Amino acid sequence: MRKRSLTLLSDGTLFRRENTLYFENERGRKPLAVEGIYDLYIYGHVTITSQALHYLAQKGIAVHFFNHYGHYDGSFYPRESLNSGELVIRQAEHYLDREKRLKLAKLFVTGSALNMKKNLKRWKVADGFSEMLKELFEELEGAEKITEVMNVEARIREAYYSRWDGHLPEGFKIVKRTRRPPGNEMNALISFLNSRLYATIVSELYNTQLVPTVSYLHEPGERRFSLALDLSEIFKPIVADRLATRLVTKRTLSKEHFREELNGVLLTKEGMKKVLSEYEKELTKSVKHPELKRNVTKKRLIRLEAYKLIKHLVGVKEYEPLVAWF
Amino acid sequence: MSSEEYPLTDLLITGTEINYLFICPTKLWYFAKGITMEQESDWVDLGRFLHEQRYANEEKEVLVGSIKIDFIRRGDVIEVHEVKLGKSMEKAHEMQALYYLYYLKKLGIKAKAILHYPKLNETKEVTLDGREGEIEKAIKEVERIKSLPKPPNPVKSKKCLKCAYYELCWV
Ligand code: SF4
Repeated sequence: MRKRSLTLLSDGTLFRRENTLYFENERGRKPLAVEGIYDLYIYGHVTITSQALHYLAQKGIAVHFFNHYGHYDGSFYPRESLNSGELVIRQAEHYLDREKRLKLAKLFVTGSALNMKKNLKRWKVADGFSEMLKELFEELEGAEKITEVMNVEARIREAYYSRWDGHLPEGFKIVKRTRRPPGNEMNALISFLNSRLYATIVSELYNTQLVPTVSYLHEPGERRFSLALDLSEIFKPIVADRLATRLVTKRTLSKEHFREELNGVLLTKEGMKKVLSEYEKELTKSVKHPELKRNVTKKRLIRLEAYKLIKHLVGVKEYEPLVAWF
Repeated sequence: MSSEEYPLTDLLITGTEINYLFICPTKLWYFAKGITMEQESDWVDLGRFLHEQRYANEEKEVLVGSIKIDFIRRGDVIEVHEVKLGKSMEKAHEMQALYYLYYLKKLGIKAKAILHYPKLNETKEVTLDGREGEIEKAIKEVERIKSLPKPPNPVKSKKCLKCAYYELCWV
């Protein structure tokens, strides 16, 4: 049985009775087949009993919590069952050694930028981006501090957003990327997707021996699982940005799927439902992997990226960030 | 070769490590460093299932020092039983069993090993009889591979297709 992600969007209670997990709300009580759950995403107001949490921990299921806006709040990351002292040491070594850390940080930025370029080409709004990237990559190469790397990254992103807007329909322009709270519909959508993607990556890392708190581009401790932030640089353009674009250009989402609150714009429950179901569909789509010569789901690509990182850290093969071929 | 070469206290290798040596040195290295993949393999689940079903009444998962034996039967001579799925890794299974026998002999316990292939309805008996040299060579080789700073280069073979490390090795 292939395990699947489970999302709880409605309010209710999660509890365990004997060896079954139940979700109960005013519509009734539903048993959840725990053996088939890969990870759990909770958006509603859900009360969880400690027995339910114990059970989830025992089964190695990570639980991710999101707030009212659909922003990531935190994860219940069961006590790690996968440990490799060797890998912990290598991860720390690559953080402490300035050259090694810079190298990885730059690779994340490079991969991210190349995926942005790929998107702009798809959307036919790439004018001048390649040339600009060339210059910025030169600057990136010369960077000697993480802050400089971050700075280049920010400029690449800015150039990307301004072009991306050219492809988006009226009413769904990004204009200025604002985060918390999101200032308009597109910003709300991107933030929502990025949050979910981040949690997906946290889950993938949970299933490897990588320590999620030791990172290279982002400062460890910036957020709890800063390595997931590093990896999300690679996947944001090809998962979140592409999906956000498709949802609004194909009019799957319209203005009525958003609402304005005192603190900004957010997706309605109906909007979230649509986005999440498309997100799940997107991640289970397969692409043929050129090296593995197998079909892999887009979600699996995240795991593979973690494996590539492991190989880099143990010195088997230098990390080459995923650049979408699809 | 003398079997005095390895005092028991030096035998920190597990049966799985000996087994993996004969499957693939790359796999052995990753496994020995705690970079494991097996938790997701259906193959392992099946093994667990068989273990729980058919051999429900045996004295199972017997720990002796660094080795863990599937199950043991006590008679005139101790019988070490290992349950395996297919025969494609027969050599690896045999060496693992031999290692257990070697280990037990160091403890002064005379034993024989029985490999079970429940899916094929077959069993195979393994005895140490003068094969100490073979197992000592294997122990040395496991130690050598574990001490390498990075895993031996993977070599693509038919085994890779069913291996839980496939993606890690070939991505
Ligand atoms: S995939 Fe092949 S090379 Fe890699 S560990 Fe498995 S058997 Fe060895």
